[in-house]
Amino acid sequence: MNLYAIRAIYRAEMARTGRTLLQSIVSPVVSTSLYFVVFGAAIGSRIPEIGGVSYGAFIVPGLIMLMLLTQSVSMAAFAIYFPKFLGTIYELLSAPVSFLEVVIGYVGAAATKAVILGLIILATASFFVPLEIAHPLWMLLFLVLTAITFSLFGFILGVWADGFEKLQFVPLLIITPLAFLGGTFYTVDMLPPFWQTVTLLNPVLYLISGFRWSFYGVADVSVALSLGMILLFLVLCLAAVWWIFRTGYRLRE
Amino acid sequence: MSIDTPAIEISELGKTYASGEQALDGVSLTIRRGEIFALLGPNGAGKTTLISIICGIVNPGPGRVRVEGFDIVRDWRAARSLIGLVPQELHTDAFESVWNTVSFSRGLFGLAPKPAYVEQLLRDLTLWDKRGSEMRTLSGGMKRRVMIAKALAHEPRVLFLDEPTAGVDVELRRGMWQVVRRLRDNGVTVVLTTHYIEEAEEMADRVGVIHRGRLVEVEATATLMSRLGRKQLSVNLVEPLQAVPEALAERDVSLAEDGHTLVYDYDAAAEETGVRQLLAALEHSGVAYRDISTRQSSLEEIFVNLVNHREDGAP
Ligand SMILES: Nc1ncnc2c1ncn2[C@@H]1O[C@H](COP(=O)(O)OP(=O)(O)O)[C@@H](O)[C@H]1O
Ligand SMILES: [Mg+2]
Repeated sequence: MNLYAIRAIYRAEMARTGRTLLQSIVSPVVSTSLYFVVFGAAIGSRIPEIGGVSYGAFIVPGLIMLMLLTQSVSMAAFAIYFPKFLGTIYELLSAPVSFLEVVIGYVGAAATKAVILGLIILATASFFVPLEIAHPLWMLLFLVLTAITFSLFGFILGVWADGFEKLQFVPLLIITPLAFLGGTFYTVDMLPPFWQTVTLLNPVLYLISGFRWSFYGVADVSVALSLGMILLFLVLCLAAVWWIFRTGYRLRE
Repeated sequence: MSIDTPAIEISELGKTYASGEQALDGVSLTIRRGEIFALLGPNGAGKTTLISIICGIVNPGPGRVRVEGFDIVRDWRAARSLIGLVPQELHTDAFESVWNTVSFSRGLFGLAPKPAYVEQLLRDLTLWDKRGSEMRTLSGGMKRRVMIAKALAHEPRVLFLDEPTAGVDVELRRGMWQVVRRLRDNGVTVVLTTHYIEEAEEMADRVGVIHRGRLVEVEATATLMSRLGRKQLSVNLVEPLQAVPEALAERDVSLAEDGHTLVYDYDAAAEETGVRQLLAALEHSGVAYRDISTRQSSLEEIFVNLVNHREDGAP
């Protein structure tokens, strides 16, 4: 294991975030805070409680999940797409580093950033809405597992993408709608029966449900199912990464 | 590993790109430790492909390559640790600082940080004042020196320089050669590619000539240069001739352009070029001429000649 290489990649990626603090941390925090202001402080008081939780507090886990998903995907995707785009990938390819080490470096950095971002948003939310966290360790587990899984997914996306449109397409046009429709703003039983069934096909629902359970102890689906789903994604992403590693897909001619 | 293990040992290496382009065809080559070796060939000859395979950037075709005895496929980690590469194009991350990008390279190649070494490297390449600058603020020449520093950051045993002087001014070129010679003096093997004969001549201990994916010649630089230093003398005649005059028959003279021009091939570096004798012989046989001109064979012609020479000689 080339530990120095993992460390070098990880550090370089973290340093890059430091240089782009506004775009990678400040802007997602501000845009999420707007939801807390509007739904928590402004119109939230006119919306009835859901399962004993004020509406402003109810939407916090879903919004954190939304940011966690979109940001870990974009950050990891850009991190590996950029060297391909700039040509600096020659150095990674010529170095005595295995694909696994490259993945650990990039995905580790993207996941770290996503977790930090999630915690900052959580702290921000507590200024606007009353928050309680029933199962803090489970909350962290969901946060970390989701960040790692979707950073892996982003890495795969970045390897696959051959243009900037594809990089923006997936977080914006797939993940964001899935998160919005996956129970960020409502519980599944608030929907008509047909739409309940459709919603259960949305993978993001399981993430949000489990995450919200760790806050308020209420969930749309069982916690075990939520955990099972996230582990399933993780395994699928690991399999895809392993396949890229075997074939050198889109990295090495 | 014995001290006599060659720096690079390539046997029967081929490469066909997915596009169907055959870039290398049965290349076999041994590069000794501590020599400066130049791969000389026109654009598209396969130089970058060859280097990219050895460095692990392009998947190899058939054949095998060893670096100080380590197979680049089976022992890829050991082989790559020994190699530093300065690629043909300047690929840099615009917002990274010089110090960080060079330190990054060292880490990537699996070595613990060693600030004193990186400092010395930057000083040697006159980049020390720029250590805190972002890459985007540097001139092209400085960027290239940063690329060299990155390639040397992990103290490689073999350094590849792909077209190191393309677009580089004279002063920087001189500085770069100084660095290369110093590396060689420290036992580092240096492999560079170029399409300038003069560059190969100035720098290399040995030269390999590559053309259309085939290695057509490997020679000590001096030997090759004497063979490449050929010129052509053209004599424009007043009256066309049917055949080469009797008096010139035993010389390397031919008739061109419907008998209007006599062409003489000679070695410009030789003590006796034969030009004087040729003109005297023409005078003597009463052949009148209007004009004479000489020219150096172009690189392309030299390559073609070398290739033809090879193919003629092949069984
Ligand atoms: N990635 C690639 N895909 C397809 N063909 C390539 C690729 N890279 C190089 N080639 C082709 O292989 C041949 C050798 O190219 P190259 O190794 O770059 O030559 P050189 O460095 O001597 O100019 C050329 O015909 C070139 O077009
Ligand atoms: Mg080239």
